[in-house]
Amino acid sequence: MTSYKKNDKEFLENMVSQVRRDIVRMVHQVNSGHPGGSLGCAELLVALYFEIMEHNPSFDMDGKNEDLFFLSNGHISPVWYSVLARSGYFDVKDLATFRKINSRLQGHPATEEGLEGIRIASGSLGQGLSVAIGSALSKKMNKDDKTVFVLMGDGEQQEGQVWEAAIFAAHQKVDNLIAFIDANGRQIDGDVKDVMDLGELKGLEEKYKAFGWNVLTCTNGNDFDTLIPIIRQAKDLTGNQKPTMILMVTEMGNGVDYMMGTHKWHGVAPNDEQLELALVQNESTYSDY
Amino acid sequence: MKKYIFETKNDTRSGFGDGLTELGKTNPKVVALCADLIGSLKMGDFQKQFPERFYQVGIAEANMMGIAAGLTIGGWIPFTGTFANFSTGRVYDQIRQSIAYSGKNVKICASHAGITLGEDGATHQILEDIGMMQMLPHMTVINPCDYNQTKAATLAIADYQNPVYLRFGRPKVPVFMPTDTKFEIGKAITLQEGTDVTIFATGHLVWEAILAHEELLKEGISAEIINIHTIKPLDREAILKSVSKTKCAVSAEEHQIIGGLGSSIAQTLMINTPVPMEFVGVNDSFGESGTPAELMIKYGLTSVDIVKKAKTVLERKAKFATL
Repeated sequence: MTSYKKNDKEFLENMVSQVRRDIVRMVHQVNSGHPGGSLGCAELLVALYFEIMEHNPSFDMDGKNEDLFFLSNGHISPVWYSVLARSGYFDVKDLATFRKINSRLQGHPATEEGLEGIRIASGSLGQGLSVAIGSALSKKMNKDDKTVFVLMGDGEQQEGQVWEAAIFAAHQKVDNLIAFIDANGRQIDGDVKDVMDLGELKGLEEKYKAFGWNVLTCTNGNDFDTLIPIIRQAKDLTGNQKPTMILMVTEMGNGVDYMMGTHKWHGVAPNDEQLELALVQNESTYSDY
Repeated sequence: MKKYIFETKNDTRSGFGDGLTELGKTNPKVVALCADLIGSLKMGDFQKQFPERFYQVGIAEANMMGIAAGLTIGGWIPFTGTFANFSTGRVYDQIRQSIAYSGKNVKICASHAGITLGEDGATHQILEDIGMMQMLPHMTVINPCDYNQTKAATLAIADYQNPVYLRFGRPKVPVFMPTDTKFEIGKAITLQEGTDVTIFATGHLVWEAILAHEELLKEGISAEIINIHTIKPLDREAILKSVSKTKCAVSAEEHQIIGGLGSSIAQTLMINTPVPMEFVGVNDSFGESGTPAELMIKYGLTSVDIVKKAKTVLERKAKFATL
């Protein structure tokens, strides 16, 4: 039984509904961006920013004595931007500038324009785990007992640097680090198992265990009752000499029926009709930007 | 005219190592990372004296760059150490995205740069690193000339809030800069004043330029020698001031001619004061195995080559004047 310490589950569900609307409206508006993975990770980011993390939306780059989140698979920027805005990092009106000229909301997350909440640029895959490890080491040296979270894609596990980082994190006992893999089984060119097989969930679990990590599996990352207890369990594992990996099964495109069950909405925006169809399925709960 | 003499030879990488150890004592925010080359990078003293601020990352340079970027979040000043080849080309995308574009205060310290790495051959003799690194927005590129200047540069970059590429080398070379050298990032140093031709040199080629100055003087040619230790940001003012006097220039660097210091100087001159210019550098080829001295001769990187290019440019200047 999950206890939602800060807010009730209804609040989180309502927030996810609003975040989904933000995502599809943002990518529709500029006819570009990545709705599939963004929708799949909506529950995770809402859970982290509204339930799990101790963080300060007034934003300080150094983030001392705060839990920090890094997004390695930067292409799912719409979900992050929406959650950051809805958490108070910046005005939700800014979501309307996504991917437009002179915007702080770049196609992939960046620090260059000073967008609050972003601590490193990402987009070229495979780099976020290393950065998160550096940030976790920084916290240890600063005697800061907060946790560093990082999200990667499952297809991203094909990048060699990820495994350099995995070896290092175990060797250096980076135990204030919780990593997630968005295990939606899909990447641009098709299913991960067909493009470059990682052995699916079991394969990833075996790989990270062999690399010396704690590995937890979340069988449904789109369900708060499944997801939140697992993250809490991972939090309890911090300080035990090992980094922790949560393999999080999600449905790409979750919450928009026609985007689910396929890799086709990885990086394609809905047209006007499709947008309406998506919005009908997700109620406006905290008012659209 | 100043006289440059040297009593000892030392490697520039030792200047880095000794500077880093000093920083360990004076700056508690400095941390160091190395990718399995502690001895080669002369990072052993820092590691011994400040083990809590030293990370061995193994043979995983991409990961090292990402970790360094992450360490800046929380206020640390990471110095990464590996060969120049593995500090640039191998990890260019990591540097570009996680360090330069992200504006992270990482010091990328790169040894064994250029052809004087010697016997290991072309796989390790990177001659393209200055070009790659100076192309990156936000990146500062520094290539000091001897032990003292490298040590001074190492100290200076710790207090400079910017990503930096610090390039140095393997062989023992003359130590001729004063021990109390103060290092001003972006400020060129005039080593010899002259009136006929300006020689802009960086790194190991600065000593060769000093030798070239002496040879040219014997033939009655007055060369101005300028040490461009900071390739980016380039000291345009010093370059233009010197060339306004000498009306011709030679660049000298242990790097490809394409994309190096000479290219940047030529760009500056072309926009402001077009004058005849010649380039001493590696001419669009890879290196090979050999001793540093043999390689410098074979690839045209000695004082003899600088003298030749100076004479060529002076001939061109004379023709230019009659046009």
